Amino acid sequence: MIRHLLSGADLDAATATQILDTAAEMATVAGREVKKLPALRGRTVVNLFYEDSTRTRISFEAAAKRLSADVINFSAKGSSVAKGESLKDTALTLQAMGADAVVVRHPASGAPHRLANWVDGSVVNAGDGTHEHPTQALLDAYTMRSRLGRLDGLHVAIVGDVLHSRVARSNVLLLSTLGAKVTLVGPPTLIPVDISPALAPGTDVSYDLDTVLPGVDVVMMLRVQRERMNDSYFPSAREYARRYGLDGPRMRRLPEHAIVMHPGPMNRGMEITPEVADSPRSTIVEQVANGVSVRMAVLYLLLGGNNR
Amino acid sequence: MTAYLIRNVSVVGGAPTDLLIRDGVVAETGAGLTAPDATVLDATGLVALPGLVDLHTHLREPGREDAETVESGSRAAALGGYTAVCAMANTSPVADTAGVVEQVWRLGREAGLVDVQPIGAVTVGLAGERLAELGAMADSAARVRIFSDDGHCVADPKLMRRALEYVKAFDGVIAQHAEEPRLTEGAQMHEGEVSTRLGLTGWPAVAEEAIIARDVLLAEHVGSRLHICHVSTAGSVEVLRHAKARGVKVTAEVTPHHLLLTDEKATTYDPVYKVNPPLRTAADVAALRAALAEGVIDIVATDHAPHAVEDKECEWAYARPGMLGLETALSIALDVLGPQWDLIAERMSRAPARIAGLDSHGLDPAPGVPANLTLVDPAARRVVEPAELASRSRNTPYARMTLPGRIVATFLRGEPTVLDGKAVR
Repeated sequence: MIRHLLSGADLDAATATQILDTAAEMATVAGREVKKLPALRGRTVVNLFYEDSTRTRISFEAAAKRLSADVINFSAKGSSVAKGESLKDTALTLQAMGADAVVVRHPASGAPHRLANWVDGSVVNAGDGTHEHPTQALLDAYTMRSRLGRLDGLHVAIVGDVLHSRVARSNVLLLSTLGAKVTLVGPPTLIPVDISPALAPGTDVSYDLDTVLPGVDVVMMLRVQRERMNDSYFPSAREYARRYGLDGPRMRRLPEHAIVMHPGPMNRGMEITPEVADSPRSTIVEQVANGVSVRMAVLYLLLGGNNR
Repeated sequence: MTAYLIRNVSVVGGAPTDLLIRDGVVAETGAGLTAPDATVLDATGLVALPGLVDLHTHLREPGREDAETVESGSRAAALGGYTAVCAMANTSPVADTAGVVEQVWRLGREAGLVDVQPIGAVTVGLAGERLAELGAMADSAARVRIFSDDGHCVADPKLMRRALEYVKAFDGVIAQHAEEPRLTEGAQMHEGEVSTRLGLTGWPAVAEEAIIARDVLLAEHVGSRLHICHVSTAGSVEVLRHAKARGVKVTAEVTPHHLLLTDEKATTYDPVYKVNPPLRTAADVAALRAALAEGVIDIVATDHAPHAVEDKECEWAYARPGMLGLETALSIALDVLGPQWDLIAERMSRAPARIAGLDSHGLDPAPGVPANLTLVDPAARRVVEPAELASRSRNTPYARMTLPGRIVATFLRGEPTVLDGKAVR
């Protein structure tokens, strides 16, 4: 097993499949009356969050607790970080406290890679800047596999602000490793340069959502920050919604079996309408539930739970 | 003053000869010289070059003496074979008045290891809003001739035009940090495949090229001298080639790191590779090397940029940009250009001395010439150990790399600053 999970690129097909299979076993725990396994008893998992992210932090916290790990939540607000402590000093502090795993969310791309140099425990990237969010990609893959029965050969459209999206980067890497085809859709201003050679050869780019929809099995809508409007990425929220938002008529262009995903939090009325978000095709609530199972699997496997 | 007899040295790659240094000048050259009072240095196998001249050095004093001082930077320069360095203006306070440039100049004289020639800021506080007192700096004891807001671009075209025109009165030159600021907001590394993969905000090549294109046209329009700092892209090379063909009075520099390293280095997220302008692609490196050999790029300048440990041992986005360069520049030039000694002397000594107007530097060792020279062992190879560098900072991107060549001795006006590869003080 790998020591850290920093990027979707850290996972080969076998390892990724092992995580998804383990997550499926973990999911059965959620259905029990006592939702707890003893696997990580006596191990310490630190949630080190430099950015507000209630859903991701709670998901990791629930995952660690269901595995009986001791969980320490370390948030940038109200801690020594607010007093200007460096990432390195924080890392050395966590190291001294004996953290077996550090789950880190950070506004700077690459911060988890830096952290991994300074701690002995496993580092799990829970979202770094505009770089990656590998456990989100894993839970998305898990959700697709649960709904559609496979990943190999699926065609997935990822729609929206790919440029600033850590979810998109991790998904492109992981999905291509697992044999799915990805088409990135968005205004040209929000598609990063050289995306295909940078991440996965064979990744397509389209600026026209309507032509892509009839040929996909999955459409994943990305959150669009309203502040991007002030930086000329697109003229207005309304124009964005008209060209790249997923509404009812557009949803009906999808094949019958196709699903709609969103990593949350949604801007209803911007990239997705309530009609779509609340439709049976939408997996948005499932994604949240699957997130706990997948993160249990990641912590379990990284911390060597399968060897004990 | 001690005399030195350097035996059997190849002057800029020529046949071995002797050099007698006495009273601050090269007194005699030729085979089999004798000088009973002189200290003899056996320089068999060594090459004598005119002392190197760096047009782009950050000495950090005043303001960040924890990262570098005029003295520690001077020592690093001497160990790198330099006899003169031009100190950039982005200190704290900024070198935008006669008082500050004279302070830096005086500190350089007191250290006495290289000639420290201050560069003056173009605009007050590097703010890009109004001209600093360029004439006062030119008339000061520091006799400033190069003006630069390096670290910031003089982005306002009207201000740039005025600066180019104004310094004609005292044969000044504006050294432009070419970076269109609106195109590089939040930029962290070269915009391309690697920045896309790493999720770091891109610094597009066009942000440099657009400013160079504008400024060569401005320089042509007003008939002024323009110097372009740290050219980093293949596209910039083409703009410069075109401008030079039209007869524009433009010169350009390239740094050692842009001749050797690429943006792939960023994949470690180690900010020791963060620099502005950023490391570019292998195609850019190839174009820069060709342009340097051809003369489209006139000189190698280090952009020696010391930074304290805490400013580099952090997240990439929070780190300061810049790399050490003085103690490794010649080795990298040798690695990139090979033992083309005349070319190396031209690009690292004669041409930068001409651009800076440093009359006593950049002169090949010959009778009557000021004895500003350095002796290189081209056969030596060395492993770069950050802890062994003379700079106060450790941010070298070449740590543990093996590089060719070693500076054995450096003389400033006939006095050794480096002997046997070690600083004399």
